Amino acid sequence: MPLNQTFRGRVYPATAPYEVGLEKIREFADALGDKNPVSRDVEAAKAHGHPEVVAPPTFAIVLTMRAEGQVVFDPTLGLDIGRVLHRDQKFRYSRSIRAHDVLTVTVSVDGIDEVGGNDVLTLSSEVRTVEGEHVCTATSTLVSRAAGREPHDD
Amino acid sequence: MTMQLVGRPSYDEVERGLRLAGRVFTVQRKDLIQYGGAACDYNTIHWDDRTAAAIGLPSPIAHGMLTMALALSVVTDWAGDPGAVVDFGGRFPRVVAVPNDGVGVEISVEATVVEKLEPPNVRVSISVMSGGSRVLTMPRTIVALR
Amino acid sequence: MALNRMCIGRVYPVTEPYEVSREKIREYARAIRDQNPAYWDPDAARALGYPDVIAPPSFPMIISLEAERQVVLDPEIGATEQVRFVHREQRFEYNRPIHANDVLTVQVKVANIDAVGDNDVASFESRIEGAGGEHICTARSTFVMFDPSKKNGSAK
Repeated sequence: MPLNQTFRGRVYPATAPYEVGLEKIREFADALGDKNPVSRDVEAAKAHGHPEVVAPPTFAIVLTMRAEGQVVFDPTLGLDIGRVLHRDQKFRYSRSIRAHDVLTVTVSVDGIDEVGGNDVLTLSSEVRTVEGEHVCTATSTLVSRAAGREPHDD
Repeated sequence: MTMQLVGRPSYDEVERGLRLAGRVFTVQRKDLIQYGGAACDYNTIHWDDRTAAAIGLPSPIAHGMLTMALALSVVTDWAGDPGAVVDFGGRFPRVVAVPNDGVGVEISVEATVVEKLEPPNVRVSISVMSGGSRVLTMPRTIVALR
Repeated sequence: MALNRMCIGRVYPVTEPYEVSREKIREYARAIRDQNPAYWDPDAARALGYPDVIAPPSFPMIISLEAERQVVLDPEIGATEQVRFVHREQRFEYNRPIHANDVLTVQVKVANIDAVGDNDVASFESRIEGAGGEHICTARSTFVMFDPSKKNGSAK
């Protein structure tokens, strides 16, 4: 089933504020085996010029993936989640995410294209503080495989 | 700090023997993964088939605390304010094996007010069954009412 | 090798402070499928008289379990690396609910070491304090310490 083209260009309202927890940053770093003290200890973070403990570089995904669920899990999009591959993920940071940041995510549907029989969905998620400061833009590319195609066919 | 006890049942109006609304929960392997992450409990016994087999279990088992949290929600739903639950605990007499079959297992919870203590406290007893066996006994859940 | 009964009564150093966050409370509430507004909505929690959202009553397991696990790192206690904790009993006694922005520490005491069949059973008493040493909660836990490297170890 092709994706619903009317989603192209949609911009969603900013998500409810998410307060970045110090312990969540530590948990995320643990899950990655990331031992960098700037992600664990505020004194180490300050010694490197940060005002607070800073999150590992992919931490934004914790917010952006959930926010992109507004699109991905919308039944009117026509996306079969069982056939979706997360093909590409980019992050462009203005500054690191820090403990105690209060952040919102604004999701846009940048593209819905058909490539070689597969649907390609491009989403961008702009992460800002509640005061409006840009922190990060994450761009995700999801491929919904046409029936009969396997991941290695792409 | 003065606490407004809006929503808690009234101590005077609750009778010994009152049965709270019971619930049946379905627990699947994916719920153990989610709870493990949320609780930061990565004990392999809750997801790894080899660990389970090495200690003689048919499959990984639910966290006892997941079962307890689900059971307790029957009481916190009744109390309204979860802060009303001031003392609780229980034993896990049997493990809850959760096969990765997309169906999971059912856990059924019943709770009864068994004793009125010094106002405003009551003692609730919670009983949790799964697969025909008692998997959690919580005879002493102390709830501060209004 | 059995756990060292000489460690009964041993009190371990207070853990590093743990900051309770709204989002972690929400994550935990989601995992236990509890929509009680006191966990989700700061205004609802304040209407009940709390300064912010409160944590579900089993929430402190996050820090008490981690603190209790550290005990097996004590070389004198005699636990092997493969030891598995299987939960036998757990209790919490509260002076007040935990809420977002609490900063908590845990001090663990080995309350008892016993045996059931071939396996050791360890009981802990963990004192959870907030800022300024406020005693918020006491956790009492018992675990069967399964050691898969022993013969005849069985969880049933």
